[in-house]
This record gives sequence, C-alpha cells and structure tokens, in this order.
Amino acid sequence: MEKMPEQKKMSIIAIHGTLDMAYPPLILASTAATLDIPTTIFFTFYGLNILRKDATTSLKVAPLGNPAMPMPVPNIIGAIPGMTNMATYMMKSMIKKHGVATIPELISLCQETGVKLIACQMTVDLFGFKKEDLIDGIDYGGAAMYMEDASTSDITLAF
Amino acid sequence: MPLNISKTLDASGLGCPLPIVKTKKEIDNLSSGQILEVISTDPGSKNDMTAWCKRTGNELIEFAEQGGKFQFYVKKG
Repeated sequence: MEKMPEQKKMSIIAIHGTLDMAYPPLILASTAATLDIPTTIFFTFYGLNILRKDATTSLKVAPLGNPAMPMPVPNIIGAIPGMTNMATYMMKSMIKKHGVATIPELISLCQETGVKLIACQMTVDLFGFKKEDLIDGIDYGGAAMYMEDASTSDITLAF
Repeated sequence: MPLNISKTLDASGLGCPLPIVKTKKEIDNLSSGQILEVISTDPGSKNDMTAWCKRTGNELIEFAEQGGKFQFYVKKG
C-alpha cells in the first residue's frame, strides 16, 4: 500500500458574518475532516453570526457595494429597503438549485466530524451575544486558545 | 472482469463538499479492498475525488463519464 502522507493540522479564522463568507471556512473544515486533518475554526467579530442558532434566517448577502454579485445591482438600487433580503433570497435559491449544503448543514457536518468551533469570548461580550443565542457544542475562548492550535497547524487561513 | 461493487453512493445533484463528505462516510463503513461506486453530477468532483483518494490512501480504480454523470470506483486502502 502507498505510504500515507504525514499528519497535518489546520486552523481558520472566520471574521465575516455574511451568507457568502460563511461558506469557505465551513466547506474547507468539513472537507479537512474527510482527510483526517484536525481543524479548528475561531469565529470572531462578525464571524460570530455564523454560529447563531438562527443563522438560517440571519445570514444575508448585501447587493450594496458588492459588484461581484452574480447579477450586479447598481448601488442606488441596492440601497433601497428590501434589496438585501431580495439578494439573499436569490442567493439561497441558487444554493438550493445547485445542491449546495445550507450553513446549518455544514455546521452539523463539522460538529459530527470533530471540527473544533471556538467563539471569541471577547466579541461575544462586545456584541452582547448570550450563550443561548449561539449553537450548542462550541468552545469559548480568546486569542491564546486559538494560538495554541494555530501554532501547531500546517495550514492557517483567514476569511 | 466486472467490478465487484460493495456499495453504491448516489451523490447526484449535490455540490462541493457533499460528494466527498458522503464518500468518506461510506468508505468508513467498508473493509480494506472493498469497492465503493460513487455517482456524481458535480464537475468539480472529478479532480476532487482524484485528490481525495490520493491523500487518503484509497484507490480510484476506474472512472467513467456519461451524459453529465460521473462514476467513480474507489477501492478502500
């Protein structure tokens, strides 16, 4: 049998709290789990929103100032009330049509496969989140807790 | 010689990373040497499955593509 590659570790920082930015860290972490690569994701600042229990409805994508939308919307239109909800609805329709997992599904996959999810305690307090606002089964800690994993990681990413 | 398939996983219609995640789950239930057939429609899964097998020590013994469907035959390492 071919020699197995050496053991690797990965750590990721998730900083952004929009629907689109929630995907890359969760996709990479759940894939890393299939490769037996132990992974930690540290959710800080707006990234905490990815861990909200109501992430299904709370995560949105804004057309305002976002020229990369599949169907770009001029800023003057994007600023109209309701446009963010409309863009989010369209994005979710595309996600469903293409068989892409939802954010809660990816979070579940990560948790089932042992990905370590850390909520930044400082930003939890700063933004006034309560533990019951966030999903169960996560760790709470600060930069030192993240650095403990990051310092022995072969792959470190920030989103 | 026809392949002796132990299990078939239909991942049609699913996008990255689900075909790989589901493949991993099925492979874990097989014994070394058994063959898993995976069907997918995600064009990215062609390169993904090759890379995943290489990295995990499983063997992609056969691949077929027909009408937008991809068939992978993975032998557990």
